[in-house]
Amino acid sequence: MDTRIAARIQDVFNEPACDHNRQKPPAERKKGCLKPLTPGAAAGGCAFDGAKIALQPIADVAHLVHGPIACEGNSWDNRHSASSSAQLYRYGFTSDINELDVVYGGEKRLYRAIREIIEKYDPPAVFVYQTCLTAMIGDDIEAVCRHAAERFGKPVIPVNSPGFAGPKTLGNKLGAEALLDHVIGTEEPAYTTPYDIALCGEYNLVGELWQIKPLFDALGIRIVSCIAGDGRYHEIAQSHRARVMLMLCSNAMINLARKMEDRYGIPYLEGSFYGIADMSETLRKLVRLLVQRGAPSDLLLRTERLIRVEEERAWRRIAAYRTRLAGKRVLLITGGVKSWSVVSALQEAGMEVVGTSVKKSTAGDKQRIRELMGGDAHMIDSITPRQMYAMLSESRADIMLSGGRTQFVALKARMPWLDINQERHYAYAGYEGMVALVAEIDKALSNPVWAAVRAPAPWDSREDGDGQSR
Amino acid sequence: MANLVESRKACTVNPLRTSSPLGASYAFLGMDRCMPLMHGSQGCTSFGLVLLVRHFREAIPLQTTAMNEVTTILGGDDNLEQALLNIAKRAAPALIGVCSTGLTEAKGDDIDAVLKQVRQRHAELAGVELVHVSTPDYRGAFQDGFASAVTALVRALAVPAAIRDPARVNVLAGSHLTAADIDEVRDMIEAFGLVPVFLPDVSASLDGHMPDDWQATTLGGTRVDQVRSMGAACCTLALGEHMRAPAIELEMASGVPYELFDRLTGLAACDHFLQRLSQLSGRPVPARYRRQRSQLLDAMLDGHFFFGQKRMAIAAEPDLLWAIAMLMVEMGAELGACITTTRSVQLEQLPLETVLIGDLEDLELAAADCDLLLAPSHGRQAAQRLGKPLYRIGFPQFDRLGNAHRLSVGYAGTRALIFDIGNMLIDHLPHPGPDSWPLPEASRRAAAADCAA
Repeated sequence: MDTRIAARIQDVFNEPACDHNRQKPPAERKKGCLKPLTPGAAAGGCAFDGAKIALQPIADVAHLVHGPIACEGNSWDNRHSASSSAQLYRYGFTSDINELDVVYGGEKRLYRAIREIIEKYDPPAVFVYQTCLTAMIGDDIEAVCRHAAERFGKPVIPVNSPGFAGPKTLGNKLGAEALLDHVIGTEEPAYTTPYDIALCGEYNLVGELWQIKPLFDALGIRIVSCIAGDGRYHEIAQSHRARVMLMLCSNAMINLARKMEDRYGIPYLEGSFYGIADMSETLRKLVRLLVQRGAPSDLLLRTERLIRVEEERAWRRIAAYRTRLAGKRVLLITGGVKSWSVVSALQEAGMEVVGTSVKKSTAGDKQRIRELMGGDAHMIDSITPRQMYAMLSESRADIMLSGGRTQFVALKARMPWLDINQERHYAYAGYEGMVALVAEIDKALSNPVWAAVRAPAPWDSREDGDGQSR
Repeated sequence: MANLVESRKACTVNPLRTSSPLGASYAFLGMDRCMPLMHGSQGCTSFGLVLLVRHFREAIPLQTTAMNEVTTILGGDDNLEQALLNIAKRAAPALIGVCSTGLTEAKGDDIDAVLKQVRQRHAELAGVELVHVSTPDYRGAFQDGFASAVTALVRALAVPAAIRDPARVNVLAGSHLTAADIDEVRDMIEAFGLVPVFLPDVSASLDGHMPDDWQATTLGGTRVDQVRSMGAACCTLALGEHMRAPAIELEMASGVPYELFDRLTGLAACDHFLQRLSQLSGRPVPARYRRQRSQLLDAMLDGHFFFGQKRMAIAAEPDLLWAIAMLMVEMGAELGACITTTRSVQLEQLPLETVLIGDLEDLELAAADCDLLLAPSHGRQAAQRLGKPLYRIGFPQFDRLGNAHRLSVGYAGTRALIFDIGNMLIDHLPHPGPDSWPLPEASRRAAAADCAA
């Protein structure tokens, strides 16, 4: 394999700021978190997928995938990351290499593809993604990008994260590395303020950033750069002038946050927009850090006032549902940070979480779940669809919250299901988002369709009465 | 008539094409108790899975050999072997369909050899059929991969039979047919007293039904023993030009002759199909279809007002493009643009200058003077930018319900298609306003009061 990628993977995994990694013996640390995959029993995205997810929300650039049709043709246009203006990120660009390219190398085609994009769409930058096959045949995308950038006088950013390098989470980190290497710090902002922050690990799915931004706006906090939701190339190139970095989505981009601190002295904090308490805590920690960095101290008081008003408003709206949802049992199947941040939100609405998956969670995530749920009992390390189906069809849960791929386990068991993964259609961030989540759960549970689909057909219901019904 | 031209662009923009291993996997999904397996890195399977799940809104069995850079370089034989064993243990399938990918093809993994060794080494796989299809991502499209998988199934399983049953027919159902289409064709064939075996049969596995229990493999479809006994049929009906190669393969393997039906959408195409069924069975066309034919005639008459001289921009895989485009022409519409994914000889018969093997950027550029776009859901961005309506056809349609149940074959399906598209055209009839017909300057001057007088 390309020694540059190998070295980079080593570097990314030897992450001193990752507490998951710090807990391992020194010899293990460098191995990182590449759990070996089981052939024939694996599910999940590849490193290319992860890098693309991390960077695709940068809305004004062209994202060009160098590889065969599968990598982009089978995956483009499938996420609800929203943009307030530029739309070029929604285009699918690929060099779509053919058999001859495999034999002779795809570099020339890649170069021509970059030229065509610049001539036709003139974006502020082109991001070029490496894939397995082109990595294997030895196409040097970094050289092509360098050459194209010189030739066309425009940033052309190589993202060296071929699918077979590892899982999706590795790709998130390698995507962030591309920004650190080639984008961040290459431009200077026109002006700065003491209220400037940058976000990382926020993808603005279904516009969730816009559930949060009004809070920041009200406090005078300026998001100078978001990596990468509703992102713009020039903003990200200037993110090294932010006062504070707010890191969302747990450790997905911890390498970015930590290196921004090392290189530019920008402190970072880990926050979550999911759940009322988490939202408030994130705001508090953020403004404290801003004040430490020189923002006027009245920001603290203003923030507390805003939190009080917003929390009260959210509680008032959720209280309407608490009586309806109290005691309802939820099975939560999701990864990483979302598990604990959603658990606290559901508990706020009076529901009981009967199980939550911790497959992708770090030690810190698990500790938080233990604190919230009182013990290990409800943590599920890995659960097969058949086990989920059994849990649901035996009525050990009233509703399942998960990603799109497992939805049919619930639906085929005739149990309510709610999408909380990246393909969801509703925004669940901040105070607004929690009210929306609770409303959606109520909407799902109260739908008359459940009674209808569980009732047996008239010719199946004989004297044994409730034989079929649940 | 039409030139079939390949795009000269180096950069594909907004792909229409999806990959051949995905098409092959879809064919395997029409087999009973089957697990398709992509021999490649896990992303290949993950992307395909998401696309299939969103289109069908069903759980999709699909697995990966989870190749990484080390196993790629050293050879993926161990991964493939482990995957087969794991799948056999966890999912207990009757069939595992192994689809190669660009990565493992370019590396040169010899899958057939591995399958042979695995057979020798592992008695526990005795009850599991293993069928391999070569589908490098960098060659062909979804439809090609689908055809290759059907060919591979026939080659691996079909044998000559001692006795032919004059009532039995094989039906090779192309990738352009939905579950509802297959059900409709089955009804038509059975109405003549014939007994069809479909290969593959997504109407039993991906028709969106409520199973009694959770199962890790497909929940229905063509059984392995049904493919083995295809030699006992009197003939093979190949539906779609891309089913020609598998039909020839079947004829070579079992001696059963084939007949190709390039499409089952449109009046003449349906007439021809029913006429042949009547000849094969020696029975007259049932009253039900005579009635449906008459309904179709009425639908064509009612609909033609709205189709006449409308310009259609169509992007679809070759066989679907052929069926839809020809219906549009038969309804009086014009083909403004036809974009497709891969070569297919029949497309040269389409009445327009160029059929382009291209992408949705090509469609968008060509559709500027068209009235309606017909494309998969990915065409919505182009339609939005152009401010024109989009009628969704083909795969994927991730923003529509009921894709398995959309019927477009037979008299009934043709009628439904005419009504659906016709209604969309009615919705977009031009609305005249007070300024729609301004007089030219010369006319207005001529009518003005003569100031000089």
